[in-house]
Amino acid sequence: MTALLEVEHVYRRFPMGGILARDFTDAVVDAQFTLEKERPEIFTIIGESGSGKTTLARMILGLDVPTSGQIRYLGRPVPTSMWGRARHDFMARVQPVFQNPFEAFNPLKRVDRYLESTATAFRAPRSRAEIDRAMDEALVKVGLTLAEVKGRYPHELSGGQLQRCAIARALVCDPEVLIADEPVSMVDASLRMAIVNLLKSLRDDFGVHVIYITHDLATAYYISDRIIIMQKGRVVEMGPARLVLENPQHPYARLLKASVLSTENAGHGDLAPATDLIAASDEMLAKAVHSHMVEQPDGRFVRSNP
Amino acid sequence: MADILTVQGLKAYYLMNYYGISREVRAVDDITMTVKHNEIYGIAGESSSGKTSFIKVLAAAIRPPLEVVAGSAVYDFGGQQVDPTTASPDVLKQIRWKHLSYIMQGSMSVLNPVRRIEKSFVDFAMEPLGLSGKAFWNRVRDHLAHLKLSPNVLRAYPHELSGGMRQRVTIGLATVCHPEFIIADEPTTALDVVVQKDVLALLRNIQQEIKSSVVFVTHDMAVHANIADRVGIIYAGRLVEEARTRDLFMSPRHPYTGHLVASLPRIGDTRQRPALEGRPPNLAEPPPGCRFHPRCPLAIDRCRSEVPPLVTVAEEHRAACWRSDEVRPVLDADLPRNRAEVS
Repeated sequence: MTALLEVEHVYRRFPMGGILARDFTDAVVDAQFTLEKERPEIFTIIGESGSGKTTLARMILGLDVPTSGQIRYLGRPVPTSMWGRARHDFMARVQPVFQNPFEAFNPLKRVDRYLESTATAFRAPRSRAEIDRAMDEALVKVGLTLAEVKGRYPHELSGGQLQRCAIARALVCDPEVLIADEPVSMVDASLRMAIVNLLKSLRDDFGVHVIYITHDLATAYYISDRIIIMQKGRVVEMGPARLVLENPQHPYARLLKASVLSTENAGHGDLAPATDLIAASDEMLAKAVHSHMVEQPDGRFVRSNP
Repeated sequence: MADILTVQGLKAYYLMNYYGISREVRAVDDITMTVKHNEIYGIAGESSSGKTSFIKVLAAAIRPPLEVVAGSAVYDFGGQQVDPTTASPDVLKQIRWKHLSYIMQGSMSVLNPVRRIEKSFVDFAMEPLGLSGKAFWNRVRDHLAHLKLSPNVLRAYPHELSGGMRQRVTIGLATVCHPEFIIADEPTTALDVVVQKDVLALLRNIQQEIKSSVVFVTHDMAVHANIADRVGIIYAGRLVEEARTRDLFMSPRHPYTGHLVASLPRIGDTRQRPALEGRPPNLAEPPPGCRFHPRCPLAIDRCRSEVPPLVTVAEEHRAACWRSDEVRPVLDADLPRNRAEVS
């Protein structure tokens, strides 16, 4: 097994306030995981807003620098300078997909221009036909064709199509890792499953590693192989997705699961808050400074207090 | 039980005429429905299905190019009949907040960022409540206590509050006058799961306390399953199905509803979920016949030419589909198995 992406003891601390009232906030505390090259998987990061999941994704993409710790890609540190050969090679291997497709694309620019510039930059094409072929290949992977997209502006495509174009754009350079930051939260219900099933087929059919960032436990359960659950920057539980979500152990993970609205008993909604779990997870958070991850016999890691 | 709102054949189009080219977008096309006293009526539909245009008409926020071209919507506020499509501005001013109120999406953009919360309460509620000074503030503080908010939030600016608290403040603003009818437009969409559940519970408690009717709009079926008494599904400007929540989830009679219900992923169930092909229709040129037919697995020739009427198919259950008898709740057994378990 070769490690593809190694995240080692990564911390990110942001300064807050002015010169006189200097304060810090810890966005990511001691994150640690490894993706294996030979085993493509959907690795999910779950957390509420402010849990540090997007900060972690930005650091993996090299858009932000960890305060301490290291992120390595194929044994080399992720290049954070936006220039040079190393950065170019890294970008060809790790690609992002963002939350809102309507904001990711410039409304005055044709959608195929994005695919084209990615193809020109990363595929070193020798002819126009080669560019078109690269674009078409990527679009076919997401269930579209170049003919459908060519010459269209973002407003001419539906949200689902646009999000698929965003994924196709990332696939043009044949990446090994796709980092999808909340790719379905802005997409309509009837199109959501199309995107989620697409991520699944990227893993199964094309061997792409997907880092799927979400706050939706149900889709995470549906597609992920491994998950980590983050609370205010700290990973509180990590392990095989099915195992963790079916029977979470950390109070915060249990609280998240208890808060998922169930459709089992439609019409007789049970909206009573899980007061004891809220109290328990707050208590764990208050004492989290000296806590550490403990491996369980079933293969998961759970944060526990000394 | 009497109905508080009766909508009859309502059609609201966006009529545009630029440089001699006229275009009409049929955002609300022939909707007939009623909302009872003291119930939560859920409206589900995807973006650009016309649900926002529909509630704009209900909230009497009709601005050009949106125009009501046919039909009516009539509120019955304790004997006073008000039609928001024709009522004069004076009448509307009189009913707003006191009888009819509105909880908007995105609490950050609702509250003025440079005014303290108390100023917003003065702006919204002082006139309709007809109270002043101490009596007014006592009423507001009492109401905030019901919403589990401390009176200190009145002195805060919106940015000082968390997303969940801000949403509670907007619910507070909308309910402080004890209105009979509340329109809630995606009030929980931007919230995290834990906070969302809390806000939904609060909204339902306050609704039961002040005995008002709520029209609750969201595209999240899981929210409808937990809060609504009845749910109406809007597709491409038309009401395609309406039923009591339980019936709608257990035995949908329109293929679109069937799909929405079947595609909800659940923890503990890894079977492959179907995805609906195609895209929502363009309302400027809707497909002829049933507007769902290009994406419908059950479509027959008749669906392509004739518009199915919304007919009663069971007790308190209406559906607009030529083949509504053949729509089966997509049973779990029908879904293909997922690939072998990973890891």
